[in-house]
Amino acid sequence: MSFPLLTATALAPAIGAVATAAVPAARRTAAKWTALGFSVVTVVFAAAVLLRFDTGPGADRYQLTESLTWIRDFGVTYELGVDGIGVAMIGLTAILIPFLIGAGWNDADPKEGETPQGRRWRPTQGFFALILLVEAMVIMSFAATDIFLFYIFFEAMLIPMYFLIGGFGDRAGSGDEAGQARQRSYAAVKFLLYNLAGGLVMLAAVIGLWVATNDQLGSGTFSLAAIADAKAAGELTFGTGTERWLFLGFFFAFAIKAPLWPLHTWLPNAMGESTAPVAVLITAVVDKVGTFAMLRFCLGLFPEASNWATPAVIVLSLVSIVYGALLALGQRDMKRLIAYASISHFGFIVLGIFAMTSQGHSGATLYMVNHGIATAALMLVAGFLISRRGSRLIADYGGVQKTAPVLAGTFLVGGLATLSLPGLGPFVSEFLVLVGTFSRYKAAGIIATVGIVLAALYVLVLYQRTMTGPVKPGLEKLPDLRMRELAVVAPLIALLIFLGVYPKPVTDIVNPAVEHTLSDVNKTDPQPNVTVTEAEGASHE
Amino acid sequence: MNDLQAPSIEWLALLPSLIVFGVAVIGVLIEAFAPRAARYGTQVVLTTLGFAGAFAAVVALAAGGHATTEAQIAGMGSLAVDGPALFLQGVILLVGLLSVFLFAERRLEPARHGTRVDSFAAQPAAVPGGEAEQEAVKAGHTTTEIFPLLLFAVGGMLIFPAANDLLVLFIALEVLSLPLYLLCALARRKRLLSQEAAVKYFLLGAFASAFLLFGIALLYGYAGTVTYAGIADVISGAPAAIDPGLASTMGNDALLLIGGALVVMGLLFKVGAVPFHMWTPDVYQGAPTPVTGFMAAATKVAAFGALLRLLYVALDGTRWDWEPVLWGVAIASMVAGAVIAITQTDVKRLLAYSSIAHAGFILAGVVAVSEDGVSSVLFYLAAYSFVTLGAFAVVTLVRDAGGEATHLSKWAGLGRRSPLLAGVFALFLLAFAGIPLTSGFAGKFAVFRAAADAGAMGLVITGVAASAVAAFFYVRVIVLMFFSEPKADGPSVVIPSPLTMSVVGLAAAVTLVLGIAPQYFLDLAGQAGVFVLR
Repeated sequence: MSFPLLTATALAPAIGAVATAAVPAARRTAAKWTALGFSVVTVVFAAAVLLRFDTGPGADRYQLTESLTWIRDFGVTYELGVDGIGVAMIGLTAILIPFLIGAGWNDADPKEGETPQGRRWRPTQGFFALILLVEAMVIMSFAATDIFLFYIFFEAMLIPMYFLIGGFGDRAGSGDEAGQARQRSYAAVKFLLYNLAGGLVMLAAVIGLWVATNDQLGSGTFSLAAIADAKAAGELTFGTGTERWLFLGFFFAFAIKAPLWPLHTWLPNAMGESTAPVAVLITAVVDKVGTFAMLRFCLGLFPEASNWATPAVIVLSLVSIVYGALLALGQRDMKRLIAYASISHFGFIVLGIFAMTSQGHSGATLYMVNHGIATAALMLVAGFLISRRGSRLIADYGGVQKTAPVLAGTFLVGGLATLSLPGLGPFVSEFLVLVGTFSRYKAAGIIATVGIVLAALYVLVLYQRTMTGPVKPGLEKLPDLRMRELAVVAPLIALLIFLGVYPKPVTDIVNPAVEHTLSDVNKTDPQPNVTVTEAEGASHE
Repeated sequence: MNDLQAPSIEWLALLPSLIVFGVAVIGVLIEAFAPRAARYGTQVVLTTLGFAGAFAAVVALAAGGHATTEAQIAGMGSLAVDGPALFLQGVILLVGLLSVFLFAERRLEPARHGTRVDSFAAQPAAVPGGEAEQEAVKAGHTTTEIFPLLLFAVGGMLIFPAANDLLVLFIALEVLSLPLYLLCALARRKRLLSQEAAVKYFLLGAFASAFLLFGIALLYGYAGTVTYAGIADVISGAPAAIDPGLASTMGNDALLLIGGALVVMGLLFKVGAVPFHMWTPDVYQGAPTPVTGFMAAATKVAAFGALLRLLYVALDGTRWDWEPVLWGVAIASMVAGAVIAITQTDVKRLLAYSSIAHAGFILAGVVAVSEDGVSSVLFYLAAYSFVTLGAFAVVTLVRDAGGEATHLSKWAGLGRRSPLLAGVFALFLLAFAGIPLTSGFAGKFAVFRAAADAGAMGLVITGVAASAVAAFFYVRVIVLMFFSEPKADGPSVVIPSPLTMSVVGLAAAVTLVLGIAPQYFLDLAGQAGVFVLR
């Protein structure tokens, strides 16, 4: 058996988590460097995955596969493998984490003058260990080609995430310390309960899937490969009703995770109360598992039901786009604004997926990557700003660009990426999604463009209120970005520009997988003329 | 009638329970004859060895094929030695073994007058707060009778799931219950609460026993026999021999149904399923925590074992009658347990209601009526009992000046003071909630899968919904421990002796192993999924 590269990629951060947690309480800096070191090792492994992945014609759909029996009684295998979409998502996850660790370098340190409450209470170690643990679980869920295996990590990642949200805040909320702690634990509990409820509904569907395979194949299985083979051989057919129920069970969980209106309400709380790196972790990494899973499992396993549900899902995603953008406009809290913007963007991603066109699918996948990077840039800079002033309220800021021009500049780039300015990564993906949608559902495509207009509004108004105008009292001596902060933001911006100008490396990896997914749902493009190259041409204008 | 035959007893096959009862009797003799100072050490060592020996006997029997090909009914048709019986006996013995450690823990209570004491009353017969009690405390007395009592209770529990005869079932029930009633009353602190709990448990338990006995009488009236195989034959309409008496009763379904219902009711009481659950919260709260842990883990295992055998062996022919009833009981238990638990403010009561919800989950596996169903229930019971024992062991450690601090508000901020212990407790709670990578998830998946395979998708969906509700209150405790500010006068975690530490550590290890690599144990439970019929 060849070197288990995917396992290694997931194992590196997991080992890093244990190593970080084991660093003695007083040696906080050592813990941070340990965490950073392991996250960089993960990037190396992810790069190896990228290099080993064959995008040529005729290449296997799932590559770098590993297969072991795990729980024979349940028909559960330890099967890993990636298609292009998986590679892109693993790459995104691996790249973002070192930046998040860098951005959150001091977020979990005890406050000045605060004495540790217990000999063994090590918040700093815990913070970075939990981030690495989440990374490991997310990578496992991107790599799992066994539904049960995926489910386990899909659910298990909630626990470290929950502690990250509830245990570490940005100390910038309204009210006193105890009030903030209450809001934080409310946000953490809301996050956990929403996602756990979704996960449990999915569990019922997972069990249903086992029963269906067990009845027809003689032994229950969760392996995507085995199910696909059985389907191709005609040994396994879901009845229409069964398939729809199973689809709904899976989709419900993914729609909560994604999050799709009306199941989105946990996201603004969770992102608002947590520290900026954790907020990025939620929206840029963890939530992507939801949209990724829609592509891989909903469409892959239940094509008929996916087509059946398409109209409803498209309506929901349109509501998400417009509703998220409108609510973003009305926010007074900077982080909640970004959260609602994310909801709007997730609407685009889901729209792209359920448009069932190749542009839609590659746009959606590209969108997942770009949205991750753009949100990371915007949110992290916002986090830097908030940590300086100690407030999340937009009204507390003004004229920042006069005192901290670099901070304001990077904030602007992050914001422009969020509103999909041509030349920056998200534009390409948003354009692809819209083209893909328009070619099949004209009305939906038109309504979705409203989201773009609103995005320009909420981003620019945010910038105008916080960065321009007279300097607000208390901000006169606002320090500009420090070296560490700049080192975090600059590469992200470089990536955004690179993917805006030259998205081909990502689309090359993604496109073969998109073809497979489309053939899963028996769809072909209505008019196969709008290609990726056109989208690039547009981005140069 | 002149040729009285000596019964032929398969002594070797019955070795596990014989060892436990034998050691229990020796324990009583030690109480009578050994000097006070020597009792504690002797009892602890003896009890531990007794459980270890009995467990070794179970393993030897299983290795000798008694769980599968050599399964038999021993003791003139009264006791089954087969897969489910041996599996559950193994689990009960391990739980018993760990409970000895909890019972023997002497570092939690502050030493009284120079002697280390355990969580049990110094002189149970003395009036709480009275002079005699103070004298006993001053003299440093301890109640070492708890060890023989534990042995007797475990002995009864070993017989309970193996009973293949209604009278043996009843005797086993009494043998396991009476020591438990006593143990419940023996708390060192809050003695009145403890005695109240014991009285409640005793009264309600006596009612349940009476129901059971009445049910047995009716079933005997129906079938003319008390052996499971005999009853099954009569139900199927093909008894070995029909005499005129039997011929006149065997068509009488009223006898069968009422009798069967009463017997099942008695067992559901022990299991703690809704609507026979009323005793659980009070008893769990009042009893000394080591006893609660033991009772919550082992009684449930034994009672579910007995219920399974009764339903699958004796009443299999009336499946269509009891299945819908148990459906209802399972749903009611899951929902009521989960919903009522939300309002609890005491950690022991919370765990009590959670145990009711879990009884519902396990019943979902029972209702599946398949080999898969049996083995999933066996696996669930094994997983659940260790988590429960571990959780109650943690509860014994969180103390303030008034003894154990079981009120949930006192647990605020525990995660900051002792992250390790709070982390382990969080692990147990997550296992209760059925989060993946813990034993609770593997167990839940197993029973739900069996239920879904048997077509009970409604049960699965209710179970899933109840799990979501249940997750809420488990999570609430975690929130309290980790995200709330510790109170200035909050409880502290006592550093226990290696005895309790090993219990907590082992329970945590089992929780993780059964969650991450359950295959070996699933195989074990899978092989043990067949009841011997005759």
